[in-house]
Amino acid sequence: MLSKNQTVSSPRNCYGEKLVELGAKNPNIVVLDADLSCSTQTCRFAKAYPERFFNCGIAEQDMMTTAAGLAYGGKTVFVSTFAMFATARCLDQIRNTICYSKLNVKIVATHGGITVGEDGASHQALEDISFMRSIPDMKVIVPADCIEVSDVIEYAANTNGPMYIRIPRTNLKQIFDSETYNFNPVAGIKLTDGKDLTIVSNGETLFEVLEAAKMLNEVGIEADVLHYPVVKPFYHTVLKQSAMKTKKVVVVENHSIIGGLGSAVCESLSHYAPSKVCTIGIKDTFGQSGEQRQLMEFYGLTDKKIYEKIIKFMDVR
Amino acid sequence: MEAFTRAVRKDCLKMIHNAKSGHPGGACSCVDILAVLYKKVLNVPLEWDKAVDFNQRDRFILSKGHASTALYATLAHCGYFSKDLLSGFRKLGSKLQGHPSSRTKLPGIEVSTGSLGQGLSIGVGIALALRLDKINSKVFVLMGDGEMQEGSVWESLMNANAKKLENLVVIIDRNNLQIDGLVDDVKTLEPLDEKLRAFGFDVYEIDGHNFEQIESVCLEAKNSNRLTAIIANTIKGKGVSFMENNVSWHGKAPNDEELRKALEELDVK
Repeated sequence: MLSKNQTVSSPRNCYGEKLVELGAKNPNIVVLDADLSCSTQTCRFAKAYPERFFNCGIAEQDMMTTAAGLAYGGKTVFVSTFAMFATARCLDQIRNTICYSKLNVKIVATHGGITVGEDGASHQALEDISFMRSIPDMKVIVPADCIEVSDVIEYAANTNGPMYIRIPRTNLKQIFDSETYNFNPVAGIKLTDGKDLTIVSNGETLFEVLEAAKMLNEVGIEADVLHYPVVKPFYHTVLKQSAMKTKKVVVVENHSIIGGLGSAVCESLSHYAPSKVCTIGIKDTFGQSGEQRQLMEFYGLTDKKIYEKIIKFMDVR
Repeated sequence: MEAFTRAVRKDCLKMIHNAKSGHPGGACSCVDILAVLYKKVLNVPLEWDKAVDFNQRDRFILSKGHASTALYATLAHCGYFSKDLLSGFRKLGSKLQGHPSSRTKLPGIEVSTGSLGQGLSIGVGIALALRLDKINSKVFVLMGDGEMQEGSVWESLMNANAKKLENLVVIIDRNNLQIDGLVDDVKTLEPLDEKLRAFGFDVYEIDGHNFEQIESVCLEAKNSNRLTAIIANTIKGKGVSFMENNVSWHGKAPNDEELRKALEELDVK
């Protein structure tokens, strides 16, 4: 399932390419963007199928409800902009029109998380998953590499209903083997097997977690690494089985520790397998400008920082 | 038409009285527009969802979702569903939610509305989809004038023009009142006609209680291949003397005595 080579590629390019591929097969797919098509890479679709691409200008709220109307008109609608503007700015439109009417709109938001980098806090969506997770009938998916982005976009195109898919600005190292890995929309996946600890992650922090797990291995700590690309609905089984065995759970995400994957894990565990939990993410604060790697380091999301945090956590009784 | 709208207004008030809440003012102001649309203008099959040519229907979006009683009563009186359902308005488990919900699958309701400023944009999206599918239907969106203070409305107006939509008709129920008072006092829209023209619309101004005017202009808009906005001058609470132009009836239910008086007035007319 895991890839041997670790080529680095852009999930946004991958999204754009996939849209073009799906657009060729399915004439019903339409795409909307709000003046960021070069950043989100929906420009590829725009070039291939100009009549099915709608640039809504710098007007995200109008774009969301226009997307809703197109979906009501029978289209499979992909709508993209930065995660910050796709969610916070359009929360009402997404809740009251897209989700309440259960329309077939796929919000594919790029630039999720702290790794937006130099643009700083105004552009760093750290609450988007929390916003989206709280709306009834919204599915929330955070893929971890380009192989998975591609799978998830295809799944979205073939599955009816509202969906929020978050991809980062940064390039991602390949995690999954394209031949043997298939995105599973209805379960978490166990990537490594351990007995001492459960680590849950998704998105761009999954790679860091896998590296941290190797470091932990060297000091004799064996971890179950669980990948949860689907944050909502939350599929409990894999987590429950692991936590019942290890009794200690760490969640790592490029998001606020409030309302994201960490919260979803705690909600699940408190019900099915009460455990000690450590949530690693952005701690109820705004981000700031910086280089992508610097920011990951500063907010404790690199492999080494995650490792250090876990070593401390393992002493907690 | 006169008798039809009288019956619809009476049902609006009965529903609101029965639910002990609702929005009589903005419902009564748009009853005449809805009556003409459903009886004379829109091609919307009665066998909702089951008609062979269902996709060919015109689409109607009530962006001012708080006027739900006017739409519900109009649809019931036209025969889209049984009038018996009206008494369930705002009650637990009812298909007639406080604001229109597409979830309850009430025949005639296209999409959920209620949060103001979104219906026009939904209409733009539907119009784009119809154009892509080469379906020659029209999309009619009925908005409140107060609602036009929402910024997203102007994003949608801009987009409708930018996308050169020929199949969209916007009707503004301009009753000049909103919860906090006169639209002109709260945040004026003037000059509304010039603004709409500047946004690329053909603008008509009509008396929103004159059946002939509503019909002729709506039919002209339906047959036109240009973006059209119709400013319908109306009276909030129209048809009941003590509700007319009285903003306190925006979102208040009549008590037993008030209902009796109102129904009596509507009977006499």
